[in-house]
Amino acid sequence: MSTQIEQQESETEEQTEEQTVESPGERRRAQKREREAERQAQRETEEATLDDEETVLLKVFRYDPEVEGKQEPRFDDFRVPFHKGMTVLDALIYARDEYDSSLTFRHSCRQAVCGSDALFVNGSQMLGCKTQLADLESPVRIEPLPHQEVVKDLVVDMEHFYDQMHAVEPYFDADETPEDSLEEQRQSRENREKVKMSTRCIWCGACMSSCNIAAGDNEYLGPAAINKAYRFAMDEREGADRKQERLRIIEQEHGVWRCQTQFSCTEVCPKDIPLTEHIQELKREAVKNNLKFW
Amino acid sequence: MYEHDVIVVGAGGAGLRAAIAADEEGADVALVTKLHPVRSHTGAAEGGINAALREGDSWDLHAYDTMKGSDYLADAPAVDTFAKSAPEEVIQIEHWGMPFSREDDGRVSQRPFGGMSFPRTTYAGAETGHHLLHTMYEQAVKRGIEVYDEWYVTNLAVTDHENPEDRECHGCVAYDIKSGEIHGFRANNGVILATGGLGQAFDHTTNAVANTGDGCAMAYRAGAPMEDMEMIQFHPTTLPSTGVLISEGVRGEGGILYNEDEERFMFEYGYANNDGELASRDVVSRAELTEVNEGRGIEDEYVDLDMRHLGEERILDRLENILHLAEDFEGVDGLDEPMPVKPGQHYAMGGVECDENGETCISGLYAAGETACVSLHGANRLGGNALPELLVFGARAGWHAAGKEMKTAEIGTGPSAKSEDGAVEPPVEPGAIDASSEDVVADGAAVEPTAVIENAVENERERVETLLEADGINHANVRADVQQTMTQNVNVFREEESVKTALRDLREARKEYENVAVSDPSRTYNTDLIHTIETRNILDVAEAITLGALAREEFRGAHWRAEHQERKDDEWIKHTMLAWSDGTPELYYKPVNLEGDEETYEPKERSY
Repeated sequence: MSTQIEQQESETEEQTEEQTVESPGERRRAQKREREAERQAQRETEEATLDDEETVLLKVFRYDPEVEGKQEPRFDDFRVPFHKGMTVLDALIYARDEYDSSLTFRHSCRQAVCGSDALFVNGSQMLGCKTQLADLESPVRIEPLPHQEVVKDLVVDMEHFYDQMHAVEPYFDADETPEDSLEEQRQSRENREKVKMSTRCIWCGACMSSCNIAAGDNEYLGPAAINKAYRFAMDEREGADRKQERLRIIEQEHGVWRCQTQFSCTEVCPKDIPLTEHIQELKREAVKNNLKFW
Repeated sequence: MYEHDVIVVGAGGAGLRAAIAADEEGADVALVTKLHPVRSHTGAAEGGINAALREGDSWDLHAYDTMKGSDYLADAPAVDTFAKSAPEEVIQIEHWGMPFSREDDGRVSQRPFGGMSFPRTTYAGAETGHHLLHTMYEQAVKRGIEVYDEWYVTNLAVTDHENPEDRECHGCVAYDIKSGEIHGFRANNGVILATGGLGQAFDHTTNAVANTGDGCAMAYRAGAPMEDMEMIQFHPTTLPSTGVLISEGVRGEGGILYNEDEERFMFEYGYANNDGELASRDVVSRAELTEVNEGRGIEDEYVDLDMRHLGEERILDRLENILHLAEDFEGVDGLDEPMPVKPGQHYAMGGVECDENGETCISGLYAAGETACVSLHGANRLGGNALPELLVFGARAGWHAAGKEMKTAEIGTGPSAKSEDGAVEPPVEPGAIDASSEDVVADGAAVEPTAVIENAVENERERVETLLEADGINHANVRADVQQTMTQNVNVFREEESVKTALRDLREARKEYENVAVSDPSRTYNTDLIHTIETRNILDVAEAITLGALAREEFRGAHWRAEHQERKDDEWIKHTMLAWSDGTPELYYKPVNLEGDEETYEPKERSY
């Protein structure tokens, strides 16, 4: 709680200086700060009544580029009541709804399929909704995904991630499809099994954030995008010509050869996709392919 | 102001299919979505996609099952169009690369589902929706369709003619979540609402936090009627602690439901002597709650769903995702023990009234997917019918909005389709408390498109400024109150008094909402503001659901009333319609059309 209290005090001081300013925006912000201080006091009372053993302490990263007091990144403490089965996302929602409605994070499905809430929790990338608080060391430190620009609090800018995903032409594009609109393009069970794990990607960005290479080389396609390329390159329905093009894309300077098989992506993937193996397999495919044409 | 031929609001399955269809017709189409497309809740659909693909099956069998499942509240032109088009749509997404589960001969697998007379549910493991969503998003990327992601559409730009049928929709207003800017979007041909479900009106739901009924609420306030809103599906197998869905596919593959005494109650107590666990969802949900109410529930709350006998190999092949969900969200190993399940809000059969081409009574305004009510599902949707619906009617809305020549719709919309006035006596006044800008369509008698949009933009700017500047309470408490009263009082079993209690509570919540304000002063990614606006939408749809539930004095499909234990075909084969009328909800009825292409559907007793 300490960081939050200090912040509040300094904001109250600033507000006094600003009282002469007439701009409606400033006035609005000043009023907000006043109310914020009241809420803070109320929150402290509420938190004080909670029993230590039934609570969890969260240390949450805060930043807002336009709100005074939040422009310098800081950590806020939230003590929330704990119950069995509670996830990191549940705790964040509680902190937001009960203590501070400006606490900002993405979330939607709360069942590990929308990929919105990949976070950096106690030093590792994971989905907030599928991480049990009971499995974590206390206090629980919650930060936005590293190596991505922070928009606000726990929200990072995903644009670069999406750009890399799009760079591998992430769409099925068969050399030929059946002419009859009711005729299936058959796929063997083995081939479906082959691509199955790669199709599970939920675009959460945990892998990219965990990757040292991606951190140092902004143009590196990254594990998620290469896995997407794998999903199509290994799909027997697309045909040989398309596969050639796909291998050309992943073989580029910032493609598969950058991977140094550190397995960090594989370790953090919430859908258990063997990302490193997929990258390695594409390297072998590329070598085989080059030998063929040599 | 941004300008496109077709604006699609929402980028889940229906929105993506609509956008691709509009693009196929050569229109300049854009998707505007409050999430990124791959975050949409279509991705959480598990079980499958129904389509008559094989020998021994046919579209009319699928249509018949759908009509029977609807308890004869679906409209035949919708059902027939749907069942005929589903096979082509399913093979279309197969050609787009959808990783379906396969048979040994390489063809798409199909499995049995509740209420189906043939195993016609195609699937991709137990994560069919995830694959469908990603496959379609990929195709949208391939076509270079423009996406405004994390832009929240807060209102429609509709002319203010007295009669909704004279109104025109020229676009919408959207709030850029990242920058806090508000912009107008002009749609030269049409706006398609594909915002998904409204499950957040309840507190135990399989729906995402984002499923706040935005499309329904916006269309309702703009003058498009809501149809059959009382028809809410409660899925029989959701995890008790979170509401996470356990696919009907588990029962489709042979999973069995047991009560506390380890009795297979679907048969033992005669709820469904033929189909047992694979009866329609409404039947199974009522059976489970009856078991609990009669003291045979486990921990007085849930029943067990057991799939262990299917064997590890089959489970891993077809239902692997279920193992992860049960483990991660309930701490149960489905290979080792039964999974606890109870009914949870899952789907809204009702929604924005539209015809087979997705058009509402407002010219240029369309709806598709769960937001829409064509009506395909009537009083109960069959499992595996939602995904083909969003394909079939998403595509049709997209084509029609883009100007494709299509057969004139048979289903009537708007006040002119009214057959009789409704009479319902709510204990408190429903509707807007003090009709403000978001309660009425654009004022100023504007009809010229740019003026209508600018007017709407101005209204939204004012609304946002007011929310940001005012001092008040946090919306979260209001939302929680709505969710609690809905789950408590407008659930699987409905009684007149409890429904009235809900209306009183909703009125209180509306009054409370008058005092909400956004405490986060930031323009950057202000989720406090977004959620506050959503809560207003939740209030409007929750009230519409409850008014419908009070009005329909019979037991049909998902709608069970304590005082009215029979399906009353003489009186009630009609749709409950609610018109917003600038803030004063007005109830009326519209006939159900049972005249199919091949036959007239005769209401029969519905047993499984």
